[in-house]
Amino acid sequence: MTETDLRTHAAEIHEQFAERLDLTVEEVHGRLDTLVNEYKVPTSEARRSVINAYLDEAGMDREELGGGGNERKVISDVETAEEWIDLTAKVVELWEPRSDAVAQVGLLGDETGTIKFTKWSKSELPSLEEGGVYDLRNVVTDEYEGRYSVKLNRTTTIEALDEELEVGDDTAEIEGALVDVQSGSGLIKRCPVEDCTRVLQNGRCSEHGEVDGEFDLRIKGVVDDGERVYEVIFDREATEELTGITLEEAQEMAMDALDTSVVAEEMCKRVLGRYYRVVGPTFGRYVLADEFDEQGAPADPEAVLIKARSM
Amino acid sequence: MAAVPTREVARRVFAREFNDATYTFTESDDDRAPVYALLPTGQRVNRVFLVGTLTETEDVGTDAEYWQGRIVDPNGDTFFTYAGQYQPDAASMLRELEPPEYVAVVGKPRTYETEEGDVNVSIRPESITVATESTRDRWVVETAERTLERIRAFESETPDEYVAMARQQYELPVENYRRAALSALESLQEAAANAD
Repeated sequence: MTETDLRTHAAEIHEQFAERLDLTVEEVHGRLDTLVNEYKVPTSEARRSVINAYLDEAGMDREELGGGGNERKVISDVETAEEWIDLTAKVVELWEPRSDAVAQVGLLGDETGTIKFTKWSKSELPSLEEGGVYDLRNVVTDEYEGRYSVKLNRTTTIEALDEELEVGDDTAEIEGALVDVQSGSGLIKRCPVEDCTRVLQNGRCSEHGEVDGEFDLRIKGVVDDGERVYEVIFDREATEELTGITLEEAQEMAMDALDTSVVAEEMCKRVLGRYYRVVGPTFGRYVLADEFDEQGAPADPEAVLIKARSM
Repeated sequence: MAAVPTREVARRVFAREFNDATYTFTESDDDRAPVYALLPTGQRVNRVFLVGTLTETEDVGTDAEYWQGRIVDPNGDTFFTYAGQYQPDAASMLRELEPPEYVAVVGKPRTYETEEGDVNVSIRPESITVATESTRDRWVVETAERTLERIRAFESETPDEYVAMARQQYELPVENYRRAALSALESLQEAAANAD
C-alpha cells in the first residue's frame, strides 16, 4: 500500500462527509493509516470500517453517501476508458485467469448489459462469487479494441448486496471465421412439453424422460477472429438461411440416410472456414445470431499494404 | 467457473513464419496441457486457421491411409497437413479433393524431428473445407494484419513473455515475416490488376 493511495482514499472519504462532519483529510488519513499500517487490515476493509465509523458519527445511512466523487454508472453507459466509476452489478460468469497477476476475471452484468471485469491479485480484494450481486466502488474503466472492461484495483470497495439483479441482453457485433460447428448442431429433437424445449439426448429429455420429440434445426458455431473466439447460436430460421437447408429438407436427408448426423455433416461443408459478421444479443457466453452476413473479399487491402511498407 | 475450458484461438500466420515455429512447449506438467508452438514473432499457437491453394495430395501411409496435403499461400510457401485414421473427415477430404482447389483449414500445429535432426512443422487438421477466392483474399489481408501486429509487439520495448521467449529461442529476423506479409498483399494487388 503506497502512501499516495491512502491519501487518495482519505481525500475521498473526507469529501463524502464534508457537509455533515467537521473533519480534516489528516484525521481521516490518520485512521486509515492506523488500520492499514499498524493493524495490517486490507485497505478496502479499512476504508469500509472508517466510513462506517463516520456514518455512525453523523447518524447517516450508507445510502445517503455520495459516490465519493465518482459517477454511478450503468454498464451500457461505460464508453470512456480510464474513468473512475461505481457500479451495482451481478457476477454473471467467472473465467479461468490466464495469469497469476489476475485474481479473478469474468463478466459483470446489470439491467443494461454485461461487461468484462478483471481483479488484480496484488489488490488483495475479497473474492466475488458467481451469481452474487455487489456494490462496487472505485473501479476503473478500460478499453481494448473498442470493447470496454472494468478493473477492480486496490482502492476498490466491494459490498455484497442481498438482492437480485436481472441482467439484460446486450447486443454484440462480431466478425470472424466460422472455425467449428459443435456437437448438438444440425437436425435435433426438442422436448414437446410446453415451455420445456430442452434438446433430447437419445430421445430423452433430462426433465421429462422419454418423450416423442419435435424436430428442429440449430447450429452452435465458433466464430474466431484470430484474437478472440465467440460461440454463436443460429436458431432454425438462421440455420436455414445460413446453410440453405430447410427443416423439411433436413428431415428428408436424415430419413434417406437413416441417420440425423448427415445433416450436420452437410452443414459443416457449407459453412466451415467462411467469414461472417454476426449481430445479436449475448446470452452468457453465447451470441444469438439475429442477423448475419457472409463476408466476401476484404474491403481495404490497400491500407494494410501501406502499413506493411511503412514499417 | 464457466463449465467449458477456454477454447484456443486459431491464429493467422503465413507459411514462411509457421514453418519456422520449431520450438514447442507446454504451460504445465498436466498430461492434457495444450502444446504450443512458438511463432518467431512471439505468439504461442495451439490452433491455426488458414485458407490457401491445395496443390497436391498423396497417401503417404504404409499400413493404413495417411494423407498428406500441400497447401500453398500467395508467397508460394507450403503448409503441410497430415490426416490419418484419427482425422477421418479431413482424411476423406484429402482423398476426394482434386487439386488445385482453394481450401480452408482449421488445425493444430505439430512438429517432428527428421533423421537429419531438422524439425519440421506441420498441421493436423480438425477440418478441411472447400473455399472461394474471396475468402482466400480476406484471409491473406487478415493474416498480413495480424503478422504486422505481432511484429510491432515483438519490437516493443516492453515485450510480453512470449516475445521474450521468441527472442531467446530463435535467431530469425522478423523482417522476413514483414516481407512475407508485404509480398502476399502485393500478389493480391497484381491479381486484381490483371483481372481489370
